[in-house]
Amino acid sequence: MIAFSPPPITEIPLALALLLLASLAIAGVALINAGLGRSRSAAQSMLGSLAMISIAVIVFALAGATIADGSAGAGHAFHFSGKPWNWAGTGPIALSGLAASPIRGQLALLFEFLALALAVLIPWGSGADRWRLTAGIASAAVLAALVFPFVAHWIWGGGWLAQLGLNFSLGSGFLDVGGAATVHVLGGFSALAVVWIAGPRRGKFPKEGLSTAMPGHNAVYILFGCLIALVGWLAWNMAGALLWLGAAPAALPSTAINTLLSAAAALAATFTVTRIRFGKPDASLCANGWLAGLVTSSACASLVSPPAAIFTGLVAGIAMPLLVEFLELAVSIDDPSGAVSVHAAGGLWGLIAAGIFAPQPGQFTAQLIGVATLLGLILPLIYLLFALLNRVVPFRVDPDGERIGMDLHELGGGAYPEFVVHRDDSYH
Amino acid sequence: MKYAGLLVMPAGFFLVIAAIVLFPDSAPRAAFVVCGLAVEAMGLGVAIRGHMAPKTGRHGSAFGRSLEGGEPHA
Repeated sequence: MIAFSPPPITEIPLALALLLLASLAIAGVALINAGLGRSRSAAQSMLGSLAMISIAVIVFALAGATIADGSAGAGHAFHFSGKPWNWAGTGPIALSGLAASPIRGQLALLFEFLALALAVLIPWGSGADRWRLTAGIASAAVLAALVFPFVAHWIWGGGWLAQLGLNFSLGSGFLDVGGAATVHVLGGFSALAVVWIAGPRRGKFPKEGLSTAMPGHNAVYILFGCLIALVGWLAWNMAGALLWLGAAPAALPSTAINTLLSAAAALAATFTVTRIRFGKPDASLCANGWLAGLVTSSACASLVSPPAAIFTGLVAGIAMPLLVEFLELAVSIDDPSGAVSVHAAGGLWGLIAAGIFAPQPGQFTAQLIGVATLLGLILPLIYLLFALLNRVVPFRVDPDGERIGMDLHELGGGAYPEFVVHRDDSYH
Repeated sequence: MKYAGLLVMPAGFFLVIAAIVLFPDSAPRAAFVVCGLAVEAMGLGVAIRGHMAPKTGRHGSAFGRSLEGGEPHA
């Protein structure tokens, strides 16, 4: 019998392959957003996804990457209480000299591009059926230039949150290996700002009675998007562990297994909760439960044991449908894609869970400080920027546009021109 | 009210920063960080209350009024 020795695994090709697969997470989220919206806004949803990604990556390349950069070492820092507070990177302008830079830095930059692309898509689903395309594109540019670069530098680029361990003996500093904070909480908070500023869809909250149910138009898109997202997330979390945690390739399968376990536990929990509450499992809520498990895994899949991954997924899967219901019925938040519950709440829970299960002393406090920064600084900043942007580029489409649908109003044609669109009672 | 809530949230963040700087021991530091988070949560609660669309609010019913009664959209 021939004894096979394991093939040598070099990290660079592995990271590159994982990052290429990670882009499937973006495709999955775009498909889920389109499916959760209405049929008369489906083409605008998909075109908007492409346009927002395009503008965001260009703006990030020209301006944001300079701030986010972590390879230059020191960065811009001020000293307070005898400690350096690194708040911005000092990267080259417009990615000059990129080809000659170290390959690890280039891979980290590619990861940040993909993270930004996913982050800007998250609020797009929440503004479905009333958020204008130009406003969505403008908001993506604002996120890419003024918000994402700072958060990415603070967490991934050796900024002050990453240095909490070094400067204040708080574990390994704030850990966000798979982008739970940088992508999902940032995107979820952007979604909250958008639904606050744009307001609910017409007819969603009538004068009397409960809110009007406006289900997504294509459950197959939603559920297929979940399957595509799984592939992307598995690669995403492994790439994050490789790049930001310095994990060895031998440790990556456990990260992937934890990702899968978290999503599976979350789906099982949401399936059970919706079956108990409504008598039958709800397809779109189950899809969002699956996604909430994946989001939670972004924070802790590479840091926790498999039982802990199942526990975090279960909590996310139980909390998500209840939070969706609370936000809609109790506080009148019209969030068609559930991004606030899935991405913001799921991401925050994952970050806290990473601290709960981390073995290092002080790690839990470091995670809480990161969460406090996102909630106390980034959410108000996003809201302020979006509120100012809304004065220049109005977010909400006019009532006639909302009535005929975003496809006809903004693109001049629908996604399904051969289909007969039925009358919508909530508009008459 | 919504702006008041959004202003309270950074106050909680600065409480957290103060906790990092002022308390070298882990227990009081963690306690003050939790207090900062609680302040942020209160601010978020106020902001949510400020954004709640009343049943006769600006979008759901305002559109209805504009269609039925000819009132301009707010």
